[in-house]
Amino acid sequence: MTDTAVPYAAHDTHDAHAHDHHDADHKPGFFQRWFMSTNHKDIGTLYLIFAIVAGIIGGGISGLMRWELAEPGIQHLPTWLGYLHGGDVKLDDALHFWNVLITAHGLIMVFFMVMPAMIGGFGNWFVPIMIGAPDMAFPRMNNISFWLLIPAFTLLLASPFVGVGAGTGWTVYAPLSTYGEPGPSVDMAILSLHLAGASSILGAINFITTIFNMRAPGMTLHKMPLFVWSVLITAFLLLLALPVLAAAITMLLTDRNFGTAFYDASGGGDPTLYQHLFWFFGHPEVYIMILPGFGIVSQIVATFSRKPVFGYLGMAYAMVAIGFVGFVVWAHHMFTTGLSVTVKMYFTAATMVIAVPTGVKIFSWIATMWGGSISFKTPMVWAIGFIFMFTVGGVTGVVLANGGVDDYMHDTYYVVAHFHYVLSLGAVFGLFAGFYYWFPKMSGRMYSELLGQLHFWTFFVGVNVLFFPMHFLGLQGMPRRIPDYTEQYAHWNHIASLGYVIMAAGVAIFFINILWSLVAGRRAEANPWGEGATTLEWTLSSPPPFHQFETLPVIDSGSHH
Amino acid sequence: MRMLGLTSIVLAAGLALGAPVHAQNSAAPAAAPTPEAAATPAAAAAPAAAPAAAPTPAAVADPTLDASGHPLTKPVPTIGQPQDGLFGLQEQITPNGREAHWFHNVILVPLIVVISIFVLILLAWVVVRYRRAANPTPSRTSHNTAIEIVWTLVPVLILIAIAVPSIKLLAAQFKPAPDNAVTLKAIGNQWFWTYEYPDHGDIKLTANMLKEQSEVAPGQRYRTDADGPRLLAVDQRVVLPYGVPIRLVTTAQDVIHSWAMPAFWVKLDAVPGRLNETSFIIDKKPGVYFGQCSELCGARHGYMPIAVEVVSPEVFARWVASKGGKMPGAAAAPQSTTAAGNDASAEPGNAAEAGPVVNATAAPAVTNKPATQNPAGLGQTGN
Repeated sequence: MTDTAVPYAAHDTHDAHAHDHHDADHKPGFFQRWFMSTNHKDIGTLYLIFAIVAGIIGGGISGLMRWELAEPGIQHLPTWLGYLHGGDVKLDDALHFWNVLITAHGLIMVFFMVMPAMIGGFGNWFVPIMIGAPDMAFPRMNNISFWLLIPAFTLLLASPFVGVGAGTGWTVYAPLSTYGEPGPSVDMAILSLHLAGASSILGAINFITTIFNMRAPGMTLHKMPLFVWSVLITAFLLLLALPVLAAAITMLLTDRNFGTAFYDASGGGDPTLYQHLFWFFGHPEVYIMILPGFGIVSQIVATFSRKPVFGYLGMAYAMVAIGFVGFVVWAHHMFTTGLSVTVKMYFTAATMVIAVPTGVKIFSWIATMWGGSISFKTPMVWAIGFIFMFTVGGVTGVVLANGGVDDYMHDTYYVVAHFHYVLSLGAVFGLFAGFYYWFPKMSGRMYSELLGQLHFWTFFVGVNVLFFPMHFLGLQGMPRRIPDYTEQYAHWNHIASLGYVIMAAGVAIFFINILWSLVAGRRAEANPWGEGATTLEWTLSSPPPFHQFETLPVIDSGSHH
Repeated sequence: MRMLGLTSIVLAAGLALGAPVHAQNSAAPAAAPTPEAAATPAAAAAPAAAPAAAPTPAAVADPTLDASGHPLTKPVPTIGQPQDGLFGLQEQITPNGREAHWFHNVILVPLIVVISIFVLILLAWVVVRYRRAANPTPSRTSHNTAIEIVWTLVPVLILIAIAVPSIKLLAAQFKPAPDNAVTLKAIGNQWFWTYEYPDHGDIKLTANMLKEQSEVAPGQRYRTDADGPRLLAVDQRVVLPYGVPIRLVTTAQDVIHSWAMPAFWVKLDAVPGRLNETSFIIDKKPGVYFGQCSELCGARHGYMPIAVEVVSPEVFARWVASKGGKMPGAAAAPQSTTAAGNDASAEPGNAAEAGPVVNATAAPAVTNKPATQNPAGLGQTGN
């Protein structure tokens, strides 16, 4: 934290050497700029475009799912599978296709929508700027991080065309994923996860190095904006969790193809070993998806309340605590696998602990607003929506944390409701909040405030109508991951599907807003948000120059939280 | 009232069918030890001898079925199955289920509702009171150690308050079944459940989902309302007695399944190569209870329901007899004095199968932890 002088000096010389021939806004040609990019802002833009495309696909798949689930009985699956493969469709193949859909929805939303948008998109765009750095520490590695996602996504999307599709669920539990599903599809999905994981590990190394070594003079760790803190902690979680996933799914591959028996009891292995390894990655992964959202919301709440973040240190270390505890709670995803009583007691207690730092964050956001002078621009209403919806998702998490209670809820729609409240209404609200907050900075154009507000309210009503009834379905015992249900689940399922339509209308407004703004939006000034916006990105033009901070900014003590 | 009605139907049915059976039943245990003692050594050499050695029960009619083979007990829409448009949990019919139900409904739900409303009120207050029009000049307050300590410690206290009943509930759920518990072994298969009663002789059931009339060829059995709701009804229900400790052991033949029964507050994964165990006691609420497989297990994951018919211990005994099994209870006095007595009584039936299965069923009787023998894939006749 104090020995930052040397890297800065080194970087200064580099800058002087590299840029004395041309000005900061000299851009390379189209192909070189977008396909061989080393510029963190361009790579961030690529990530955001990628995430939007993936979000359309993943969200479209969930639309198919809600369409099928709108009424009891198998309605559309055979038709859809007929489009995909042609010929006569057997019922079992149609049912398997359902599993392919849920698997693809989960994997796409986690690995190809939320993570690329949060970390690759906003992280790349704003972490260097917020710490006063000219770029990421390893610009070429940054580029490969992004481009690894393309083959990863291609492998996943191609898998249902090469084989019958991976119908294992995003958790890829053995032995369903080993001898339970032969054929190339699951192998392709596993390789896809390998590539996406490698991409994230490289990105994490880049962020950690950048944040530790490239902060501007005076930007101590305890002065970094909370968004940078959130990305730093997320990067550590990625670095520690993803290798475990890589190991787990590598053993899946060898079990599938090379006759090993890591997860096969008849060969001396253990199917639950896979679950332990997967969730050792999987639970930190949940925080990987939500922590950057915490950071975004902190920036936005402070900006639009015109107040510094309340309890800055508590906020930063609450995220550190969440990240740390996130590594020791994994088996609460496995409460019904036959854990012993002491293990269940431990994981019950440890899981509850997470509620404490999470509560600190919720209350600190409200305290930031308390006494503020709040304007309700689109990013702010998304952030307020985030705070409340994340609270609702959080408290059902406290219910599920109880191992004795979870025996009932586990693998029911209650769990589906819970994690969509923290992800679809938490992480995604954070994404939309950040998108509206930074859209003027990234594009140089203002979005339409009217469409932004309309988008929020439509989406807010839609997702609540969509996901809240799932609590009731779960409490009545409806299992997850079934394409057909008994008539007693019809009422709430029908309402949930109506909610999807409302939500989809909201997303349509979002895209209209983007397109309209890019074409006809008012030019954005450097700081459209006024005095509350104190972080460094608002000191640059909108959009920022191709290379910023050729002269490093100096952070005076006492400012820039 | 409803339950009384149901009970009287079952009892009436029992009386109508059972008067002679009762006499047989009480006579059977007296006779049982003798053929069994003879059969045990014989079984090893000639497994087929074991079922043949119990001639009396063959004549007994299944007390849960009517003369045409259809179930006598009709499910009641308000218990043991989901209800449309409801907000809450299913009614619980086990003591642990009622405790968990109470914990959820009386402690957890009010608590999370209050917390959510509290946060909502705070948000509404700051939104109204500190909007720019109402408060043009923001304060610069960014620290207040006292309140930060309060909002850290109060949640800690609340969580400790939750943890106490939560840990108690876990301890109750993990109380091992006594030696004389009725053992039910549920085996998950793609995509049906098979059941064994290892302590009751060679009883095996296969429970397939019943299809709709439109989905089967003429003459084949299809689902009727007496069987239960669509996607929940099965062709052979599991029969369990009320008021008696039940030991549930789960495992699987192929991939992981999960045996879930919401009305019992039971969900236990069926993992190939492992034996998971839990126990429960069912309240005196005879009837039919439905659950579904709760771990993604392939294409027809949604089509492997679980149906349990809860009956009186007397009807259970007659049902066991009708399936060619025998009650271990009558023989308990001489046999349970030895540690392995219960398991030994199960062996003649299971001896007809491959060896490891016998070991597998014996293991959970002595420990509450999952054993790791591998019974799967060896000789179990699922189909």
